[in-house]
Amino acid sequence: MSSRGDTTPAALDVERVFRREHGRVVAQLARRLGDLDLAEDAAAEALVVALERWPTDGLPPNPGAWLTTTAQRRAIDRIRRERQRDDKHRAAQMILDDTPHEATGVVEDDRLRLVFTCCHPALAPEARVALTLRLLGGLTVPEIAAAFLVPETTMAQRITRAKAKIKGAHIPYRVPAAADLPARLEAVLAVLYLVFNEGYLATGSGEPLRAELTQEALRLTRVLHELLPEEPEVQGLLALQLLVEARRPARLDDADDAALVPLDRQDRSRWDAALVAEGHALVRGCLARVAAGGAPPGRFQVLAAVQAVHTDAPTFAATDWRQVLALYDQLLALDPSPVARLNRAVALAELDGPQVGLAEVDRLAERLARYPAWHSTRAALLRRLGRDEEARAGDQAALALTANTAERAFLEQRLAHVTDPPD
Amino acid sequence: MPQYLLSVHHDEAGTAEMAEMTMEDMQPLFEAVDAFNTRLQEQGSWVFAGGLMPIEQSTCVDATGEGAPVVTDGPFSESKEYLGGFWIIEAADLDAALDWASQGSAACQGKVEVRPLQGE
Repeated sequence: MSSRGDTTPAALDVERVFRREHGRVVAQLARRLGDLDLAEDAAAEALVVALERWPTDGLPPNPGAWLTTTAQRRAIDRIRRERQRDDKHRAAQMILDDTPHEATGVVEDDRLRLVFTCCHPALAPEARVALTLRLLGGLTVPEIAAAFLVPETTMAQRITRAKAKIKGAHIPYRVPAAADLPARLEAVLAVLYLVFNEGYLATGSGEPLRAELTQEALRLTRVLHELLPEEPEVQGLLALQLLVEARRPARLDDADDAALVPLDRQDRSRWDAALVAEGHALVRGCLARVAAGGAPPGRFQVLAAVQAVHTDAPTFAATDWRQVLALYDQLLALDPSPVARLNRAVALAELDGPQVGLAEVDRLAERLARYPAWHSTRAALLRRLGRDEEARAGDQAALALTANTAERAFLEQRLAHVTDPPD
Repeated sequence: MPQYLLSVHHDEAGTAEMAEMTMEDMQPLFEAVDAFNTRLQEQGSWVFAGGLMPIEQSTCVDATGEGAPVVTDGPFSESKEYLGGFWIIEAADLDAALDWASQGSAACQGKVEVRPLQGE
């Protein structure tokens, strides 16, 4: 037994640290090596070494730097073994590269470069998200496959093909020039939003809320906002993420088997006031720009405004639902997606009663049949209407569709009650 | 530096439309493509380019078997679209190649496919 037993990480902790550092390690190596595959393989080899050493030696003071250095050594070893003249040249270059581990400036941010490469318009949209989650988020192929509801082999092929295209077609590894940036943004914002959402409510059965993903998406959006302070949708996405992230401390209950706490039961004093204030300031900036005759708000600005209304309310009952409904109407004009309609139906139920909300929810049955939140939202409305049997069936259907442990615990709690506790 | 094939595909409808055009109609197109070619050459990105004669003038040769090569009239595949012309360019990376391709597409008024050539 090591004398530093309490600081000795178990294999699970090593994997968690590795996942947290994955994007940084791969991004730096990709820049130094000019080869994503090599960077990813070297990072994976560094994990094997970490799994051997950390449980006995303890966690190094800067695990990210340790992983990068170890991975870089492995990559150089491999390049030497393979003895290809171009690679040897690269290895020589790399040894001379003493760029510090930490990012030094906005434009120099390696992870931002990696995002723009992963979200290049020459890659298929579904490949962009998958690559970003794989390389930046450190998700495994099976996890990404589960998130997209496709077979693992399909997802593995999709990622392999995209990486081969990056290499073969010489998709550049850099942040686009200022003039090209706005055109390239949309794809990047869409992907960052998806990464954030995966952290907000994870698809797999691991950690139910993956703060490292929400924070990574938030961090990258912040960097984009610094680069492009005048881009309203970047500002909107940043505000949206801040206002949602602010609620994280109140989103799980304190039970061992932590369950999600729905918005109406959250302890609002646990919301992060600093994040709320920052998000509100950004939303006010967006509103002022529109009021001054700027372009009408895009999807992310409208979504941020919805979150601003929620985080502005001292209690759930005090929420300005009329405002929420008006914003969802605005959103549907931009993005008539079934999920947006489902959220609008929730606001409608608060304003006009559960019967009206349910009628709208039921219209989405076909399109959202595989979406757990459709079943659980419907179940909540049915329960308010006293239709408990149907409500139970809805919660059970939701349970069958989600692997997220906190969402499952929440649904199981609700199923354990014959009726909902009074509000 | 990486090389890319920029290819322009024609379909039957496009060919019929072009057959209707007079030389005068075509003149602005020729001029735009000439100007594009000049830009490619001036910036050192030009490798090679060519427009192809109509697909009806195509001939296929198959010498994969053991006997004499088999020569047949017509294109390799019975597709609705076929190669009408191409450029081979040198570009620093895909972004640079895509930029050339959009200029080429605007010049020849056709969709351009960008495909990397295998490295040495």
